Amino acid sequence: MAGTGKAHLRPEGDVLIRVEDLVVEFPAGRGRTVKAVSGISFDIVKGETLGLVGESGCGKSTTGRALIQLPSPTSGSVRHGFVELTELSDEAMRRRRTDIQMIFQDPISSLNPRRTVGEIVAEPLRVWGPKGAAEQKALVDRILDAVGIDPDLARDKRPHEFSGGQCQRISIARSLVVDPELLICDEPVSALDVSVQAQILNLLEDLKAEYGLTLVFIAHDLAVVKNVSDRVAVMYLGKLCEVAGPDELYANAAHPYTALLLGSIPEPDPSAAVDEDLVDDGELPSPINPPSGCRFRTRCPQASELCADEEPQMREVLPGHHVACHHPLVAVAGQ
Amino acid sequence: MSDAVETDRRLLTVTDLRTTFSIAAGDVQAVRGVSFALDRGRTLGIVGESGCGKTVLARSIMRLNLGSNVTTTGTAEFAGRDLLSLPMADMHEMWGMELAMVFQDPMTSLNPLVRVGRQVTEHLRQHLGVGRAEAARTAVDLLNEVRIPEPEARLKAYPHELSGGMRQRICIAIALACEPALLFADEPTTALDVTVQHQILNLLGREQRERDMAMVLVTHDLGVVAGRTDDTLVMYAGMVVEQAPTGSLFEEMRHPYSEALLRSLPRTSQVSHTRLAAITGRPPDLIDPPSGCAFSPRCPYVQPRCREEVPPLSAVDDPDHRFACWTPVGSPEGMAAFARNVAEGLPQAVAVDLTAPSSTGSGGAS
Repeated sequence: MAGTGKAHLRPEGDVLIRVEDLVVEFPAGRGRTVKAVSGISFDIVKGETLGLVGESGCGKSTTGRALIQLPSPTSGSVRHGFVELTELSDEAMRRRRTDIQMIFQDPISSLNPRRTVGEIVAEPLRVWGPKGAAEQKALVDRILDAVGIDPDLARDKRPHEFSGGQCQRISIARSLVVDPELLICDEPVSALDVSVQAQILNLLEDLKAEYGLTLVFIAHDLAVVKNVSDRVAVMYLGKLCEVAGPDELYANAAHPYTALLLGSIPEPDPSAAVDEDLVDDGELPSPINPPSGCRFRTRCPQASELCADEEPQMREVLPGHHVACHHPLVAVAGQ
Repeated sequence: MSDAVETDRRLLTVTDLRTTFSIAAGDVQAVRGVSFALDRGRTLGIVGESGCGKTVLARSIMRLNLGSNVTTTGTAEFAGRDLLSLPMADMHEMWGMELAMVFQDPMTSLNPLVRVGRQVTEHLRQHLGVGRAEAARTAVDLLNEVRIPEPEARLKAYPHELSGGMRQRICIAIALACEPALLFADEPTTALDVTVQHQILNLLGREQRERDMAMVLVTHDLGVVAGRTDDTLVMYAGMVVEQAPTGSLFEEMRHPYSEALLRSLPRTSQVSHTRLAAITGRPPDLIDPPSGCAFSPRCPYVQPRCREEVPPLSAVDDPDHRFACWTPVGSPEGMAAFARNVAEGLPQAVAVDLTAPSSTGSGGAS
């Protein structure tokens, strides 16, 4: 089996979304395929924030989009409660999308420049919400207020009159106005300055508590992911490397790739010496022709022959901390 | 350090640099009176958020703010000549030879229609009159130096055939080709992944040390500044608000904006769900900047005087550590001002009041 195992999945009871053996491939011409996501499994418990972290091209955004069937995955299962989303008709899936909403990286281009903010935020309601204009307006005003935009000042303005941070607030308002269960945030703060980034991260934390949201938070910035997540999954080249609670993961990184990522973060502290010996002049291999066995082996300082021959399976190294590696950096419990 | 040694090592002295863009809506004062000095072999970090003028400052010194609507005043004395008053023809001679620049976006700073090899050797051939064969040999050496595997093959490639990190290495090779004395790196790693960023910053640091080259590293990332620079300028709204050796700056931030910038940054050393001290409000309009300190509308320490008088950039205890603030962080005035603002319920002070109980339901460790 090509997957990296399911030892990290939790009992069905509290699980809101369960993804098994998710594969997403895109045709790349001349009979080749881009293997964007290659058999990953994970679950999201109600009320938690799952952080999906990894570098460009690791498949994190593709995974997020596969959750709402944009596009439908090549194979594998995405279960929302008891419903298998991959088997739904387009119309049935469309109806489901009020439960699963998404916000995107570029807040300015994800808003229609020709509409007013009031129209943008009300649009989901025109499809799904109460039909009364007064009712719709009340809902829009309430949600704009909740994201920190004054509805009376903003309602008749257009997106270009707002800063990037405010546009991101408006796009959060648009996604929350239909009262979703799950909000998928795809790099929601990477286009923003740090001071604005902090405002949006705090806002997401507040809204999560207020509306009982479950979040999938996709980002490349490990510090941002740690700040908002309850569980973090590290991805590399279409595979999951490691899944753990944020504090545990950052304290005891078990996968060499996680360790490389953490070692590469520039810490705002001059006394924390920069690790110039962190040898990695490696490049991301092509997802058209990924390495055999463990996909990270071409850059991994721990790599052995076993890594080329056999794909590592997900296993628990510490309670609640799973890693897919033949040579994890922490001692494996019970071995 | 004696004065004689200092003058000898001095490479660049910028005095009261101001750059203004005239647009239909008015004059945008992008850089509003910046002065600093840089010695040979030193690295200066310029840090600030979008629109603070850090890139315009670097481009003004390089004379790259082309366009008839741009006015730059002040001086930038480089090895005895004022760059800002040189004829453009002389400036062309200096580009690549004396001063070089690496830009943010390695995708667009290379010519997509020209093979990498010709772009790397362009300066060598043009400025130094190096022959084709020798230029090609130097190009291979340069690519080896910036750690590009199989340099001969890569020189024949077009930029789109290379990854972002490789392209930035090529840009660095081009910048280093004629051994400039000063390298401007404008957000050189912002478009790159974190592991690639680490590689590129290591590379820049090594080259800078080995060549005794001075470097100006422009970045929005305090983390990049902390590990990679000797001195730091923190910019806000076109002005320097704090200037210090990087070690002293991080040890004791004195300007409220520097402190706020650092506090708003999520850090891996904090436990998950740590409440971030966001900076309320937005940077000011540079067509009509606020009177007094530009940060005063967002500052948790703001006092009436801050709204009227622009504080000068000056030192208090440590002569190398200068900041422009009437109520600096850590000073008795600063602490009193903050306490007063919290008591009066000023939103930007209350928002970062660490003594108050957490206002969020989702706070605390998981």
